[in-house]
Amino acid sequence: MTLAAVPALRPPEVREALIAYLLGVADDELIVGHRHSEWTGFAPDIESDVALSSIAQEEIGHARLLYERVAELAGGDPDALAYGRGPDAFRNAVLVERPNGDWGFSITRMCLYDHADAVRLDALAGGDLTPLADLARTLRREERYHMIYGEQWLRRLARATDDSRSKVQAALDVAWPEAEALFAAVAGQDMLKEPGVLAVDPATQVQRWRDVMLPVLTDVGLRVPAGPKQAPVPDGRHGQHTEHLAALLEEMTSVWRSEPGARW
Amino acid sequence: MVTQTETLERRVWDVLETIEDPELPVAITDLGLIREVAVDGGRIHVTMVPTFSACPAIGVMREDIRKRLGAIPGVETVEVELSFAEPWTMARMTERGRERLFRHGVSVPARRGGGETGPTGVECPFCGSTNTRLENPFGPTLCRAIYYCLDCKNPIERFRPPGE
Repeated sequence: MTLAAVPALRPPEVREALIAYLLGVADDELIVGHRHSEWTGFAPDIESDVALSSIAQEEIGHARLLYERVAELAGGDPDALAYGRGPDAFRNAVLVERPNGDWGFSITRMCLYDHADAVRLDALAGGDLTPLADLARTLRREERYHMIYGEQWLRRLARATDDSRSKVQAALDVAWPEAEALFAAVAGQDMLKEPGVLAVDPATQVQRWRDVMLPVLTDVGLRVPAGPKQAPVPDGRHGQHTEHLAALLEEMTSVWRSEPGARW
Repeated sequence: MVTQTETLERRVWDVLETIEDPELPVAITDLGLIREVAVDGGRIHVTMVPTFSACPAIGVMREDIRKRLGAIPGVETVEVELSFAEPWTMARMTERGRERLFRHGVSVPARRGGGETGPTGVECPFCGSTNTRLENPFGPTLCRAIYYCLDCKNPIERFRPPGE
């Protein structure tokens, strides 16, 4: 059964809220996948080069499946959703649009993001919308390899040298508050309660994610930034972004824009 | 008595058995990618279970299935649906599929269990040794990891099922 046929999704406001929610997840996957792909040819060793390329391919593939679900609800074409929108229409969290920076930042972001994604997919997988729950369960089990990889590297960097530790700590100071914003509500979030889209609400999800991440970080002597944040994190779920997203889209969509509608 | 529908369904399965994964020299039926074939008059509905949901070969295989089944006399429409209701596991691969992959040079986990480190270890498809070491859990495709054979000194591709 397609999502469009689910009776609980008939009210337009419920449908709009679900579209916004799925678009947030799909955009996160596409943008983080694109960032990972920028390591192809530049990673510190050939194993990492293959790993990041493979993880990039998988995240972008997951994004495509999610855009297909959005297209079922909103109409339109999954490719146009991925390549045909401007930065204001993107709903990804700003964490994923940040440039890769050094290896330490990329690994720290990957580790925080993949663990958050796993918690979020668990919530969808336990929900009442069967077509979405089935898909989420599939994506969730595929994330396992990414999580193992990111966590192994994070532990390695945190324990290697003073230099690598300080880079990972600096990355965490920036990435932690932005990773929390992965769980920010989308427009109309409350509308998703009645049809039981999520088995766990975002406020509880963020707590679960912290409960998973904190023991890993403290185990390797990293500390989570405490106290008031220096600057508020732009709300990507409502279309607020940094200048980095526009630059990323400019490059990522250049081929598609050169010949819209071309078949490859 | 064999009905027309049964005959057509048999014919559909026969054709499916000749379609290969573009990334592996094995029939899609031996990989266990086809869950169901439903025949309604001239309308064919195929339910497919991908190994990895993001596998870029899925699109190619769906198109192959549509074209090849569409060419069978009496077939009017072909729909190929991707299903995530049941996850793909090693148990879906046939023993013949396993053997073909192994002969092609890809080490393959046992059909039961399916984990990366079974009790017998990862077998080298070149010399048969299980004295092997994981080099990279990621490989040239989503479904392959890289091992190294410590006896014959060859790198090995290992079929990697999705995490349990």
